[in-house]
Amino acid sequence: MMEDLNYLTISRAHDLLKMKKITAQDLVKFYIDKIKKNNPKIKAVITISEKDALKKAKFIDSKISEGKEIGVLEGIPYTAKEMFMTKGVKTTAASKILNDYVAPYSATSIKKLEEHGAILIAKVNQDEFAHGGSTENSGYHPTHNPWDLDRVPGGSSGGSAAAVAADFGIFSLGTDTGGSIRQPAAYCGVTGLKPSYGAVSRYGVVSMASSFDCIGPIARNAEDAQIVFDAIKGLDSKDSTTVGYDFSNSNDETNAIYYQVGNILDEEISKHKIEGINIAQKEPVEKLGITNEALAAYYVLVPSEISSNLERYDGIRYGESSQKASNLSETYFKTRGEFFGTEVKRRNLIGSYALSAGYYDAYYKKAMQVRTIVKEKVDKVLEKYDVIIVPTTTEPAFKIGSKSDPIEMYKTDLLTVFVNLAGVPSVSIPFGIDEDTNLPLGLQIIGKQGDDLKILEIAKKIQSLTKYHERVEGITL
Amino acid sequence: MNKINRSDIEAAAKLSRIELDSKNINSITEDFGSILNFVEIIQKAETGGVAPTSQVTGLNDVWRDDEVVKSEVEPRVLIDSAPETLDGYVKVKKVL
Repeated sequence: MMEDLNYLTISRAHDLLKMKKITAQDLVKFYIDKIKKNNPKIKAVITISEKDALKKAKFIDSKISEGKEIGVLEGIPYTAKEMFMTKGVKTTAASKILNDYVAPYSATSIKKLEEHGAILIAKVNQDEFAHGGSTENSGYHPTHNPWDLDRVPGGSSGGSAAAVAADFGIFSLGTDTGGSIRQPAAYCGVTGLKPSYGAVSRYGVVSMASSFDCIGPIARNAEDAQIVFDAIKGLDSKDSTTVGYDFSNSNDETNAIYYQVGNILDEEISKHKIEGINIAQKEPVEKLGITNEALAAYYVLVPSEISSNLERYDGIRYGESSQKASNLSETYFKTRGEFFGTEVKRRNLIGSYALSAGYYDAYYKKAMQVRTIVKEKVDKVLEKYDVIIVPTTTEPAFKIGSKSDPIEMYKTDLLTVFVNLAGVPSVSIPFGIDEDTNLPLGLQIIGKQGDDLKILEIAKKIQSLTKYHERVEGITL
Repeated sequence: MNKINRSDIEAAAKLSRIELDSKNINSITEDFGSILNFVEIIQKAETGGVAPTSQVTGLNDVWRDDEVVKSEVEPRVLIDSAPETLDGYVKVKKVL
């Protein structure tokens, strides 16, 4: 092949396909070869879907050779987190309880991408049922950060972020309940969008905490994230929590408030003057006054929703079932005891505890009230400013095994969780480089509910200047 | 400080329908106390008269037409997903 196919963006790959410089089959083969070669080191991929991907690529190639127009996503290879149900390809949620589960239908987002001609080439690792921030809680194996194999890729969509950073496909689909798209995107030096709650259908995606779960792309840059978001967003009769947002966008000057976290990225922020973006106010994130409260409320509300949502893994209808059970009750207890991992058990128990008689008012109800306070505060700031700008994480990717205390792990979501409580959209882009480790850092741009396109526009403007998203030297493959 | 003991964990495990071995119970008992202390921050929040938020869409009573929509999945396929089946039914262990 004459063309350099490494680190293609969607539009570049689309141009190459249109100009017949490459075929869709070449592209699929290129990524699958790359996965086969480098995945033993990264361990981002759980299942490769080679045969089906090549079949789809062949169809698109025949379309191109017949001179037909192709859409921008047609023939574009991508990966999806194990949370997404994909008809015919295993869906495990990285849990042993769904070890050999093959979904009978595909998630709406997967279907929409299929309709747009994108090609699913692999399913990727995550924390079991998305419970975690490092992908170490996977029921299978941890994933390694392509920038430093001793470090985590973040999580829970760690497989997705690592796959994009390692160039295992052009983009990936992830889920974000408390930061699970943005935090791994920051740790892996890629772009991740958590859309407004309800912008993308959750139908066919394994449920974690239904009032928080969002679906979005992890991609090479904001432009690609927008292309994918455009394809998957919208009302879905199968998910009654989808919202018909008016995603209009204006090109007016943006007034931003920048929340400082220590002095991370401070210098970077002052260095780049971006046309059309006015940082009208700068103050320490403590002044926002809700990050710790949001995190605490999150770790009551989300386990509560988890304990309800995960009731469905009963050893009866689908998934694994304990062979040691002798009656119905034992089927439940033993199946869940044998096949759930430690963090999943822990969260189920916390949820049951917080919802149980005597504790409901003190924990669950109180946390829902704190959610109101957090949402009102975020909305109020966003009435005054168009967007909030804040680092995605307080540090770069950490070493595998270094956060064995669950609280330490929960704290990695400190700067992302309040966004999910409020349901507003946020995009994390690679921004700056950590001096000590040379690892990527991330910056979030947070907008009002429904302002998804606006924050993507801002991210694109920043990326047209900073080029951090193009940095690949330092990726150890 | 929250005093959490083994019996609290056993009670929560029972509500969660999860069998735990004693190693699990010990480690979860330890973590549980520190997690409850961590979430204790919310107790300090002034929430008098604050309505609880359970969802952020602003939607309520989402209706659809009362029409039968044919599922794209055959019932047979769903039943076949079960670990144990018999004559087209999901088979369960005896209840008592």
